[in-house]
Amino acid sequence: MKTNRWTDCGNWILDRFPLTKFWNEHMAHYYAPKNFNFWYFFGSLALLVLVNQFVTGILLTMNYKPDAKLAFDSVEYIMREVNWGWLIRYMHSTGASAFFIVIYLHMFRGLLYGSFKQPRELIWIFGMLLFVALMAEAFMGYLLPWGQMSYWGAQVIISLFSAIPVVGEELSLWIRGDYVVSDATLNRFFAFHVIAVPLVLVLLVLLHIIALHEVGSNNPDGIDIKKHKDANGIPLDGIPFHPYYTVKDLVGFAVFMFFFAVVIFYMPELGGFFLEHANFIPADPLKTPEHIAPVWYFTPFYAILRAVPDKFAGVIAMGGSIVVLFLLPWLDRSNVRSIRYRGGIYKKALLLFVISFIGLGYLGTQPATPGATAVARVLTAIYFGFFLLMPIYTRWEKTKPVPERLTEQPSLEDRIPNFVETFNEVTVKTEGKSGLFSRKLNYQGLSAVSIRFLKRIKGSLD
Amino acid sequence: MKRLLNTLILLSMSFGVFAGGGVELQSADFDLSDKSSLQRGAKHFVTYCLGCHSAKHIRYLRIALDFDIEKDKVLKDIAPEGANIYDKMNSAMNAHDAEKWFGIMPPDLSLISRSRGADWLYSYLKGFYSDSSKPLGVNNVVFPDVGMPNVLWQLQGEQKPVFKKDGDQQVIDKLVTEIPGQLPEKDFDRMINDLVNFLVYVGEPGQLERKSMGKYVLFFIFMIFILAYLLKREYWKDIH
Repeated sequence: MKTNRWTDCGNWILDRFPLTKFWNEHMAHYYAPKNFNFWYFFGSLALLVLVNQFVTGILLTMNYKPDAKLAFDSVEYIMREVNWGWLIRYMHSTGASAFFIVIYLHMFRGLLYGSFKQPRELIWIFGMLLFVALMAEAFMGYLLPWGQMSYWGAQVIISLFSAIPVVGEELSLWIRGDYVVSDATLNRFFAFHVIAVPLVLVLLVLLHIIALHEVGSNNPDGIDIKKHKDANGIPLDGIPFHPYYTVKDLVGFAVFMFFFAVVIFYMPELGGFFLEHANFIPADPLKTPEHIAPVWYFTPFYAILRAVPDKFAGVIAMGGSIVVLFLLPWLDRSNVRSIRYRGGIYKKALLLFVISFIGLGYLGTQPATPGATAVARVLTAIYFGFFLLMPIYTRWEKTKPVPERLTEQPSLEDRIPNFVETFNEVTVKTEGKSGLFSRKLNYQGLSAVSIRFLKRIKGSLD
Repeated sequence: MKRLLNTLILLSMSFGVFAGGGVELQSADFDLSDKSSLQRGAKHFVTYCLGCHSAKHIRYLRIALDFDIEKDKVLKDIAPEGANIYDKMNSAMNAHDAEKWFGIMPPDLSLISRSRGADWLYSYLKGFYSDSSKPLGVNNVVFPDVGMPNVLWQLQGEQKPVFKKDGDQQVIDKLVTEIPGQLPEKDFDRMINDLVNFLVYVGEPGQLERKSMGKYVLFFIFMIFILAYLLKREYWKDIH
């Protein structure tokens, strides 16, 4: 009776370790709202990317050499001579960018549905700490390939600390461990990148999830599902996370991995956004590149830094643009969470915020011409206006009545017929060919569809 | 709404500001799957470039394997005299001499295609023109005041610039052949394309494998997607 012996072995552990309790609390008996939509994939995706970064990072460490003389060549060694080294390295470099895409969308979900509002302030705080730790992790990891952009990017960012009055110069020297970015800097960044910050990240992820499971997940309606429970104390609108959301997140994983693989196998540099061209030149402390730009995920903050004329004020503004996010739960005075029941002002403000964030991100990749700086200043004002005016405009806005129970919204699957219809409208069949390629664009239909789409967006802003 | 519109107008204006001047790059016409072109490019590289520039991240063995040619043939036709099949493409010139002769060690070209791009390389190699004010007698349209002589001048001939007025500045409009070289223009262009092809290959030798593998990976992930979707639909049947 082999199976019995295995069961006994399992029971032996379960008698001594609260695995069942743990599993039930966080998976099988954790009740999540049943109406999670597209925006709710990104939490679990962030976890997937984190695992990807850990696994590929450990493998990279086996051949990478944190030494200013060897680092650049060791990366090329990984790319060319290590079995599957190119794949591991591209998974790691693409993973870094993917991490930020996923996290930005995850945070945007919070803005959409008020996930940061009472009682989830602490989840938001932990999440923001995670975001800061992730930025530190990405920044220090970017120095390791020891290319020109690695080197000069680190030089520029560390020199920002020297703008702090009195202690600045000493502080930046202390961070670098030298008067310029050098081998000492590379070694300590390596230590932080592979040990210190990852430990902080794991700890914060645990805190983030534990805090979430204590109060329960928010949902697109932004209402409390614990208000209506059945006889057993289970929320009527809740479903156990496992198996329902584990199988659903698997679908999200597959879709994500598809796009991830497209980048890795066909466009790992992504036109210089994921891997900058100048970073294929070894670091040269004597030759400053013409144009120093951080990787895309830092560019919104970099643009804010450059938009302010004074260096120290610019550093304050850049720091402030992140600090202000921490305060979000207390800046928002609205009494509804979800954007579905908010007034028009918040929707318009959020739209402006998204435009300013993307605009700043674009400007951060470009040289600072006078025209670009002027635009960056306007966008910086919008960025801060969104947060700092929030206590005013959210308090007075007219909200819509919030339902008692979760509402039914058509899911992606339900909308497939609509998508097909739209596809048929924007394309026309041509003679001769067959299959999907037999159709070509129909400009009349395209303009009709886009007008309808714009009208719908305009309508939804009220 | 008006503010939004103004922002958008300003934004689109700033695009114009960023589009910098300079001579427009010509596009290289290369094909990484063309093994004979790659082979010719490797030979040109060893003949004309390796004297000063190394490509230290690639071995002759890798070239033999990737181009499907015999190791002996690589040693006989491509590699310089006395090279071993396991050698990297190192230059015979040392840093000390280089600095004495050119003021700087010519850069390693292993990754030049990834930092500069194929079109830049193509335009650069075709962009030399006579300029008696420079120490080497030549200048380059895409790399002004370049420290490298035009090593291909015998093949290409000599070019001189035609200027045009841009505001109150004289800028180079195009280059015209002054003294024809040994190769007709078409053959010369093909040679440059072969060289660029080889340099793009050297930038990332694994890219052929990577691109050919992609479709199988995507197909596999798509199959996982279908399985995951069917599983999800089965589980969620009774959730309303």
